Amino acid sequence: MNKTSGAGVVIVGASLAGLTTAEGLRSEGYAGPLTLVGEEDRMPYNRPPLSKQVLAGTWGIDQTTMSEADQLERLGVQHLRAHRATAVDVAARTVTVGGVAEPFEHLVAATGVTARRLLNSHGVRGIHSLRTADDALALQQDLGDAGQVAVQVAVVGAGVLGCEIASAVRSAGHHVTLIGRSAKARFGQTGGHLSAMIAELLRENGVRMRVGVDVDEIESRDADGHKTVSALRLSDGSVVPADVVVVAIGCSPAVDWLAGTGIDISDGVLCDANGVAAPNIYAVGDVARWLDPVTGEARRVEHQATAIEQAHAVARLIVTGERTAPIVPLFWSELFGNRILVHGRLDPNLPLTVLAGDPAERRFVAATILRGQPTGLVGWNMPREFRQERARLVQHVVQQPVEATEAVKGSEIVKEGMVA
Amino acid sequence: MKISADTATCIGAGQCALVAGDLFDQDDDGIVVLLGDEPAESQYVIARRAASLCPARAITITESA
Repeated sequence: MNKTSGAGVVIVGASLAGLTTAEGLRSEGYAGPLTLVGEEDRMPYNRPPLSKQVLAGTWGIDQTTMSEADQLERLGVQHLRAHRATAVDVAARTVTVGGVAEPFEHLVAATGVTARRLLNSHGVRGIHSLRTADDALALQQDLGDAGQVAVQVAVVGAGVLGCEIASAVRSAGHHVTLIGRSAKARFGQTGGHLSAMIAELLRENGVRMRVGVDVDEIESRDADGHKTVSALRLSDGSVVPADVVVVAIGCSPAVDWLAGTGIDISDGVLCDANGVAAPNIYAVGDVARWLDPVTGEARRVEHQATAIEQAHAVARLIVTGERTAPIVPLFWSELFGNRILVHGRLDPNLPLTVLAGDPAERRFVAATILRGQPTGLVGWNMPREFRQERARLVQHVVQQPVEATEAVKGSEIVKEGMVA
Repeated sequence: MKISADTATCIGAGQCALVAGDLFDQDDDGIVVLLGDEPAESQYVIARRAASLCPARAITITESA
């Protein structure tokens, strides 16, 4: 690794959250050394298009690039591609990158998550995850290898990602079976409210749904001397033929490199409401578990908009010491041309109240409402109306950062768990 | 300052129109509509904020020299 000039800010993770933190630091006026450590040997790229445009074949992989080398250079960012952080010494303020202990003044963890795998899938060809650009290219190749012929694709996991993959692969003309453990399609923070509508949409477009079942066994055949998937045996005894399997059963936070630091990494990096995990150590993006000051719970949010807002909040905190208003989750999805947006969380225990449009026409805005206040908002093919409703809810968020009344003192949660 | 918006990469999250409704709107599909590409100086901060919040990075701000 090249020597950085003195201890500056080291950001580990060069995807959206890490890159946005770097950009945010510069726009807040930080002029010191800035290092961005990325595990993949690529320029930072955007992940959502992987399961949408790239999988559907409308975008090449290069269209996902977020920042070119010259842009990072102009920003004064030292980008270390294909580098991995392996350890952190909290007291000495060093992070080990490529075997070398590098000093830092501030350390930002933005290492994201890694896709969970199916048991016993190791060494079997045709089984894919979809998290990285390489994953997307490998999947594309397997789908394309059939030579424009429709292949049997089994998608395991009926969450947002699984539904999106099913939609994109089906739109490309393949035969798709979506397999879910839960009896209903789980769809992000929608509390089950959209399950029936989404299942109907998928079925109507020719996706076969198998829900309430587990994958018990992977059946394989020999193809050119390689074990290659041929079918999945499900927990109800049925068999789903599959030339290609895409696994979307969730992710695990990439936190191994923070082991032994005293930071709580039981489910991502535990942070206070400002993203502080320990003095001078922060976490942003999918790996970060920020305290929600409203509910008092700490939870990870695997959504882009949250990653962006967290990155800006931490950048501002590092440079100015100012804290930011709580971040409300926002996510979007696209299934067979339907654009779905969700703000906040739809409460599973409250009815869904339609505010505009009509769900039967697949064009509506609806909310779960508690004591007159929406707790969560969904917009289905009604983006402008969704935004107008959302604007009512986020006045305090949209406005500029809350006044900093006191400097950040680190986190009480973290202090308890810290090794002094 | 000059603003440009790439309607091909826009995913219609509406973050820009939410924070800078004087500069951005959305069409019926949610895709960004630029209301003016040369903001007033008083709008520079909010224009930058809109660009920085775009999840598709579809908004480009070119600062004048």
